[in-house]
Amino acid sequence: MSGQITGPVAIVGAGHSGGRTALALREQGYRGPLVLIGEESYVPYERPPLSKQLLLGAAEAPDCYLDKRADYTGLDIDLHLECSAVRLDRDKRTLKLSDGSIVDYQALILATGGQVRQLTIPGNDLEGVHYLRTLKDATALRASLLDARHCVVIGGGFIGLEVASSARQMGCEVSVLEATDRLAARVLPTPISHYLHDLHRHNGVDIRLECRIQRLEGTDKVEAVVLESGEILSCDRVVVGIGIIPNTALAETSGLDTGNGIRVNAHLQTNDPAIYAIGDVCEHRSPMTASWCRQETWRNAEDQARHVAHHLLGDPTPFQSLPAFWSDQYDASLQLIGNPSAAAHTIVRPHDDDHILLFHLDASARLVGVSGFGPGNRISKDIKISAQLINNGGPLDPAGLADPTVKLKPMLKA
Amino acid sequence: MSEQWVEVCDADDIEEEDVIRFDHGDRTFAIYRSADDEYFATDGLCTHEQVHLADGLVMDNIIECPKHNGRFDYRTGDAKGAPVCVNLNTYPIKLEDDKVYLKLG
Repeated sequence: MSGQITGPVAIVGAGHSGGRTALALREQGYRGPLVLIGEESYVPYERPPLSKQLLLGAAEAPDCYLDKRADYTGLDIDLHLECSAVRLDRDKRTLKLSDGSIVDYQALILATGGQVRQLTIPGNDLEGVHYLRTLKDATALRASLLDARHCVVIGGGFIGLEVASSARQMGCEVSVLEATDRLAARVLPTPISHYLHDLHRHNGVDIRLECRIQRLEGTDKVEAVVLESGEILSCDRVVVGIGIIPNTALAETSGLDTGNGIRVNAHLQTNDPAIYAIGDVCEHRSPMTASWCRQETWRNAEDQARHVAHHLLGDPTPFQSLPAFWSDQYDASLQLIGNPSAAAHTIVRPHDDDHILLFHLDASARLVGVSGFGPGNRISKDIKISAQLINNGGPLDPAGLADPTVKLKPMLKA
Repeated sequence: MSEQWVEVCDADDIEEEDVIRFDHGDRTFAIYRSADDEYFATDGLCTHEQVHLADGLVMDNIIECPKHNGRFDYRTGDAKGAPVCVNLNTYPIKLEDDKVYLKLG
């Protein structure tokens, strides 16, 4: 797109990123036709509370809504719920919807998200086996966990661990089964994995690493998980959190480039410049590492949505946003920003009151990532300062970073 | 009701361009000291999700919420754009004998 868009905008996917794009377009003054299409029955909502406050009963569906007023009619956003896009005609710039209607677009935003990866082992269809991706999933899981005794969580990633934390707080016995040799290994630096492991162990979770599962057993309801070692874990609930598969089908059948997601350029445009992809389904080149990456985070959904709204309204700035992620479990929180995996070495900044920061530096002592773990939001302030230190890009003094008595904020002005 | 000033802390307990949390009864507040050495007070919890603002970062006149980066001008309580759209209440502050006092509204 160049210049300010006037024609119709269509957004496929009414999750966080799709919903935020629509809201941001209106907020920034776009007055043209705006169609938002979502398969679920809920207005756009944020996902972080699903595995935490919603399971614990501290939040209900409306508390998760992206726009708490949920007044899409008032904003003149044509919201189609329980509806999907079945065909995309890029030449005519039209979308055919499952309700039979045809939508014209000048710009199309694909915010199609992902679907949970499912178990393929025997017993995966037993009652009492849950997945968690949607508000509907979370509501069903909350009801189910209320009278559960022993819940086995398959997958030691963030969804699994947050569910484990909530289930423990609801009084369930919990086992976590993880295939690799540490928790959340795909995302977390090793020391943070270990803190997380200790946190769950202290809270009474039975964690099994390098654990292979053979099958689920039960007559109607799930009654046990059988491991390849032959061990049998009896249980009455199973929650599976083994990742998502990006929803790329519509893009693929329309000839858009895909990899592990829908591929986009620095403006989040696909190989058809009238079509953007954002959120969990978007695969873009990391400005820091130049490798293709896909981010399943709140921050990414928010930032990419805002970027597209700005771009449609004539702002030519490329998408530049630090990857950022947090997870709350029990009374602790971990956060991660930047690209710790791109680091040449890591500096530990220990604090005596039970929190820790890790600074991930490249070979020129420039900060490329920061991760941390601690009670409550204790590390948030330092993580925010660190984000600015990463963006500043200059070399930093490793000795100062390692010394918790040396304040970080003055380094911004150095 | 007569004026209710409550003692918060010593003036030096808050660093310049920083914020602390102050709980009083069942209420919680965020107390700020600006880079120009002025003191301000707002509600303690972000209006987006119930998160303590005192864990956030103060830069210039802005407090940024620790979780979702919602931003408020802490002098006026004004929300500075999504995800926050509801303003914070602000409260009068006074300094006496190097102590910070908050007036309950």
